[in-house]
Amino acid sequence: MPIQVKNLTHTYSEGSAFQATAIRDVNLTIEDGEFVCVVGHTGSGKSTLVQHLNGLLKPTSGQILVDGEDMFGDGVNKRSIRQKVGLVFQYPEYQLFEETVAKDIAFGPKNLGLNADEIDRRVRKAMAHVHLDYDKYADRSPFELSGGQMRRVAIAGVLAMEPKVLILDEPTAGLDPRGRDRILGMIRDLHAKGGVTVVMVSHSMDDVASLATRMVVMSKGTVVATGTPREIFRQADMMRSIGLGVPEAARLCAMLRQKGLNLPEDLYTQEELQQALLQLWKEAKQA
Amino acid sequence: MMKNMTMGQFYPVDSFVHRLDPRMKLILTVVMIVAVFMVQGLLGYALVLGFVYLASKKASIPFKMLLGGLRPLRFILILTFVINLFFNSGTNVLVKLGFITLTMEGVSTAVHYTLRLAFLVLGTSLLTLTTSPVSLADAIELLFSPLRRFHFPAHELAMMMTIALRFIPTLLEEADKIMKAQMARGADFESGNLIARARAMVPLLVPLFVSAFRRAGDLAMAMESRCYRGGENRTRLRVLKITKNDYLAAAAVCALVLLIAAEGLIL
Amino acid sequence: MNETRISVENVTFTYDEAPEPALRGVNTAVRTGEFLAVLGHNGSGKSTLAKLLNALYVPQEGRVVVCGMDTADENNLWQIRQQAGMIFQNPDNQIVATVVREDVAFGLENMGVPTAEMPGRIESALSAVRMNAFAEAAPHMLSGGQKQRVAIAGILAMEPTVIIADEATAMLDPSGRAEVLDTVRRLNREKGITVVWITHFMEEAAQADRIVVVSGGEIVLAGTPREVFPQVERMRELHLDVPHMTDLAQELRRGGMPLPADVLTVEEMAEEVCKLLCPSK
Repeated sequence: MPIQVKNLTHTYSEGSAFQATAIRDVNLTIEDGEFVCVVGHTGSGKSTLVQHLNGLLKPTSGQILVDGEDMFGDGVNKRSIRQKVGLVFQYPEYQLFEETVAKDIAFGPKNLGLNADEIDRRVRKAMAHVHLDYDKYADRSPFELSGGQMRRVAIAGVLAMEPKVLILDEPTAGLDPRGRDRILGMIRDLHAKGGVTVVMVSHSMDDVASLATRMVVMSKGTVVATGTPREIFRQADMMRSIGLGVPEAARLCAMLRQKGLNLPEDLYTQEELQQALLQLWKEAKQA
Repeated sequence: MMKNMTMGQFYPVDSFVHRLDPRMKLILTVVMIVAVFMVQGLLGYALVLGFVYLASKKASIPFKMLLGGLRPLRFILILTFVINLFFNSGTNVLVKLGFITLTMEGVSTAVHYTLRLAFLVLGTSLLTLTTSPVSLADAIELLFSPLRRFHFPAHELAMMMTIALRFIPTLLEEADKIMKAQMARGADFESGNLIARARAMVPLLVPLFVSAFRRAGDLAMAMESRCYRGGENRTRLRVLKITKNDYLAAAAVCALVLLIAAEGLIL
Repeated sequence: MNETRISVENVTFTYDEAPEPALRGVNTAVRTGEFLAVLGHNGSGKSTLAKLLNALYVPQEGRVVVCGMDTADENNLWQIRQQAGMIFQNPDNQIVATVVREDVAFGLENMGVPTAEMPGRIESALSAVRMNAFAEAAPHMLSGGQKQRVAIAGILAMEPTVIIADEATAMLDPSGRAEVLDTVRRLNREKGITVVWITHFMEEAAQADRIVVVSGGEIVLAGTPREVFPQVERMRELHLDVPHMTDLAQELRRGGMPLPADVLTVEEMAEEVCKLLCPSK
């Protein structure tokens, strides 16, 4: 179920004094099975872009095609699109409202009009996905949980819709390293084992480096580059010019190359740099 | 939805009225409204209307815009008029149509009540259009502070107003975000009957309240850590000063009151 | 320079109705002019420690002395809070007024500073955080980093000797985080303000003079960043990150490269690796 974004422009408060164009002429296709990371400075239009992908924002001009069908065409059911394309907002724990964890996760499936058995099956499955033990947590109030647990409940609430594409807007914001690793591990599993297409907005180049199959780099409302992390991170100057960094391994690699070390130019993970440096060390010792 | 609400929205320009001391404006507004309630005949209302018109000129507020503030209240105004017109126990019958009786007293009360209500709205609009909510809070605090010895919470009231104003945009933004998040989970805020719609608000209102309470807790702690301990021994950044212009404005309102009183004596 | 600004002596603190204490038997001290990072994951007790330093909480056992004043003595309360200003995690929930300069005035008004003195103090506080241009702005129009700088200005106007930042960057984006940390580091350097910086970001802790690591309500590690971070395994057990370069150095050492264990930054690493591998000129 590919999502195609065609010539998308979005202007907030059009016609008023506060008119502001958040994104301009964006073209993008998200293919099945991809793990796309959208990166960009705050205000680059990332959040505006992803809110179009499930029809929460309407394009000022341009189109969003899901499975080749215009999302805002006549007779298109928004709810069925929102079921196929799940969106997890920033700080999603602030949307919890039910008395129990299970009821809150059931909110989405209930809105889809599913029967009780199916809802129960989905709640259990979603809780398993986010590593929350059903027997232990299903009847607890979501407001008694820790911040990281609340976030997992909120994500489960979207997973219970069983979307084919999952969009996450900075899912690790405000979490400590442990909470962050849990959430990222979960998303990685959903993509690798669950066959879900993932679009993730992130500020952390290290997280992006370890997860993305493709990156979309945004600046001032337009897409300035797209490609694999390897293709993007070798362009350290371009990234710096739009206020973004590259992973430390990529920076070190560039710095060492400048000092005359014979390293490939496109290393960006710690592991590959480590291998390359140890190789050089071995050669140096033999010489 | 909120765009046509002239009532309560500060109109930020610089003018004679804007520069007046908010305490004076508050008092004069009250005096003017009381005066409206003393008006006996149409001449009196004409006087008040003239005064409001002049005041709007001195405040650099388009008179049309000020009148526009009545529009959201048109149903209440019409209702006031109609109820007073027909449900009056007057004896001077003008017309009798089946069970409906129109009396002289009915017409008179209807006109009076409707105009009083209209001028009440115009007067307060004039105040809030020319006075920022924060200065209004200041005025309330200072005017009521003599009552503090009777345990009237003047400072607390003003502080509550300021904090409410500070957090309105934050909470509106948050409401928008929660609404979108629930829509992403298939929530529907737009269709269904009244009961269905009211129930659809629960997933919006519960998180909003939870968040408001969390914010209140955070804010209380932040205020405490910045040495906040109530209104006692507090100094102020903004000090209010009565100037010559304030006395001029007061004189104008006094003149209006005298004219209205004179009208009452003549009639 | 070496005098003690804050001392925490045998402190145990339990929240109402909590089965376990949030902090138990904690001992630490902050020297005047020091930049101390308190590192720990959520629920480790680090925020509780912050709130004890500002007399928002008072320990059930042991004592906290801030600028020579015991926080348990109610008479010291306002002076402690004036001396040790605190910034919190959520940028929205600590700004009281609807205009920036009035928010900066809030603490001064509470302290009873004469009106005539206020504008000067507000101006210099705002310029110290480089926010003068926004003096008349509405707080909700500012970015997260700018809001936090306003909060810092609000504290600076009160002329404190200590700033306690309780996860002040946790909700900000990378540029906002850098903006706030740089501001506080500059105040530490230029004005000699003592800083207690509570965080779970190791990149931030790496810039401190000294780190204490809190876990399970106890201080489990303490020392300079160069002493703390090379304990990579120990940090992992505590669910905390170490700088990527420290981690890489450890792996390379394992592979036989004679690198120092306490490398923290990319620049240091480049230099050390170069010493071993770069072609000689």
